[in-house]
Amino acid sequence: MSNKVIIIGAGGAGLVSAIHAKSSGADVVVITKEYPTRSQTSMAQGGINAVLGGENGDSIELHIENTLSSAKNLANPKSVEFLCKNAPDALLWLDSIGVPFSRTKDSKIAQRKLGGAYAARACYAQDYTGLKILHTLYDRCLALGIEFLNERYLLEIITNKQDSNKSFVCGVSVLDKRSGEVEIHKSSSVIIATGGYSRIFHKNSTNSVSTTGDGIASVIRAGGVVSDMEFIQFHPTALKNSSILISESARGAGGYLLNSNGERFTNELAPRDEVARAIDDEIAKGGDVFLDIRHLGSEFIENELPQEVKLAKLYENIDPIHELIPIKPVAHYTMGGIVVDEKAMTNIDGLFAVGECANHRVHGANRLGGNSLLELVVFGKVAGENAAKYAKEFKGEANIDEQKSLFEAEIVEIMSYKNEINFYTKQAELGELFYRFVGIKRDKEGLQNVLDVLRDMKKDLKNMGVGDKAKVYNTNLIEFLEFKNMLELSELVLISALAREESRGAHFRVDYPTANNEMFCANTFITRDGLVSYEN
Amino acid sequence: MKINIQRESVVEYEIEANNKTLLEILGEIKTTLDSSLTYSSGCRSSVCGSCAVRVNGKEVLACSYHVQDGDFVEPMRNSEVIRDLVVNMDRAYEFNQKVKAWQSSASEHILLSHEDEKLNELQSDCILCGSCYSACPVYSVNEEFLGPFSLTRVLRYVSDKRELNKNEKIDDIQTNGVWDCTLCNACTIVCPQGISSKADIEKLRTRSVIQGYTDPSFSSFGSGFSFDGSPSF
Repeated sequence: MSNKVIIIGAGGAGLVSAIHAKSSGADVVVITKEYPTRSQTSMAQGGINAVLGGENGDSIELHIENTLSSAKNLANPKSVEFLCKNAPDALLWLDSIGVPFSRTKDSKIAQRKLGGAYAARACYAQDYTGLKILHTLYDRCLALGIEFLNERYLLEIITNKQDSNKSFVCGVSVLDKRSGEVEIHKSSSVIIATGGYSRIFHKNSTNSVSTTGDGIASVIRAGGVVSDMEFIQFHPTALKNSSILISESARGAGGYLLNSNGERFTNELAPRDEVARAIDDEIAKGGDVFLDIRHLGSEFIENELPQEVKLAKLYENIDPIHELIPIKPVAHYTMGGIVVDEKAMTNIDGLFAVGECANHRVHGANRLGGNSLLELVVFGKVAGENAAKYAKEFKGEANIDEQKSLFEAEIVEIMSYKNEINFYTKQAELGELFYRFVGIKRDKEGLQNVLDVLRDMKKDLKNMGVGDKAKVYNTNLIEFLEFKNMLELSELVLISALAREESRGAHFRVDYPTANNEMFCANTFITRDGLVSYEN
Repeated sequence: MKINIQRESVVEYEIEANNKTLLEILGEIKTTLDSSLTYSSGCRSSVCGSCAVRVNGKEVLACSYHVQDGDFVEPMRNSEVIRDLVVNMDRAYEFNQKVKAWQSSASEHILLSHEDEKLNELQSDCILCGSCYSACPVYSVNEEFLGPFSLTRVLRYVSDKRELNKNEKIDDIQTNGVWDCTLCNACTIVCPQGISSKADIEKLRTRSVIQGYTDPSFSSFGSGFSFDGSPSF
């Protein structure tokens, strides 16, 4: 086959791997369901962790220690060491391609303190860190002549089997949103970089409406394995009415969390799981919780946190320089995802995964703020280089063009569903149930009830469907396909959360409020059929 | 209240707004009234650039505009309408390739100061929503015009110390570029990030002049140029 690497997803992880695959000599095609630069990465505000100078007493060892401590024994120490040791080079690389980081008065990349960190370690670009990294990566891709196929929705990953009965990837099928046609794209080397699945919480998530876990669901259908699906991070400070993110950097700079009595009630810079639970306790008492940054002063706020000011004004009608910001914790980041090895390859040969959709085992039970942008730069390089190498060495040819009609038939079938039940209503209902029962606190009864509701929804899918029968740019159809993916992933989240009868990091079971290291100090692996096992 | 949306024809919807954003309203229409209504969205927080449309003749992000009774919503101009409020942005995006909106080579050991950071802080806030291309009267009549966000992106890179080949970047924006802009300021007025491509283009003109270029609209008058490249009459 050709020396080609296909990358699904044009967020930070996709673009970093595209750059490195291209630089390693591969022909690279990036396929995205939106446009590049519109991804979730653009919403990252706080920063990207790296120990640069160590003048503040920080060290790579402390970065490793903080990450492992927050992960509650579910991260792989070797992977974390790799992440943290490569962080300084990752930052230098971003700086070398032109990312406009904020700078200190003595001409260094500015760093701020985020939760769970020993020192100011998160490099930032005001509070537009993700946006500016993402756009610079995109510009780099253009410089390298990387091809983009925009507005194409991933349907399935196409695999074949070798004599040894081991699956290998042959390409992907996608739906061109504009034409409504199914396309087959052949490649022996495919990288999935499609992001997480926090939108299963619907409106109770900071995430983009596109964060629907499509890639993870497709990998599962193709025979891939996922792990730690029950570990979902709640960001402590989203705006109360809109769930829009207010960065941790506001607390890192000295912002307070206040309850209805105007009192501080927690260590604002503890890891996110702890802060989210403390806020949840206050709200459960019937109170409101506020973020207070007034004492930081208007000059500092306008300089360092311009986006926060804009968002608070626009979406909450609050001026944070003079007023308290009403907040609540909402779903923010999914630690679990596609199981990958040290080369970022899945159990399917030639199929790689990177970024939030993958589980590189660096976040464990709770991700440290500032480590997700870092993850996509460090592991994006790993994925891109290894995918290029794999493509170069792969010998073989698979004819998958004739499969196009199968995927077309599936779309035709979905279009013929009865549409007697409005799936949007069901999606919102599931999101509310997840927020109440599969969120910050969980117990057996609540999880089981939601699982029952979800299974009924799955049975009812054929009575749902799409009302819009148009071929061109049918977002009703795309959203239904996304909903189907989210149902599949939601079931695995629930089964994993039920099985883990303990509390650890972001997974807090009211009925098992402590960690059980004898039984559960291990990663949860789950198959498509819902079979759970634990492995280190 | 009522809003009107330009689809194949104008469709009126009766809605309850209650200080909601246009994006929320579009969502409500799609999920409860008419699943065929087609629009783009992403972050809901004004940073991904997906949801730009025109309301009452002005470009806005649907997620940051609060709906008023009688609003008229239509797709952005100067790009092919794919369906309802969705336009094809490929062409506008291609100008970034055309102007080579990137840093020419990897930099090494170049330190930037806090003041250096501020030189292109605003330009690097761009979210590529395309509002400026929709509002630009020059782009509407000259589809080869490099356009506002691409030129702002060029200024971002040429004002960065890490760019070592600034002259070439300036060379690339002379045709259908900085001199074709009429400085009408329409792009500035619609930019959701408060960027003024018009001001950026003026800065690029200055850099062009320093590099020896002249405003081509003057060259037909003159008999020659002084040695420093400024026009003489």
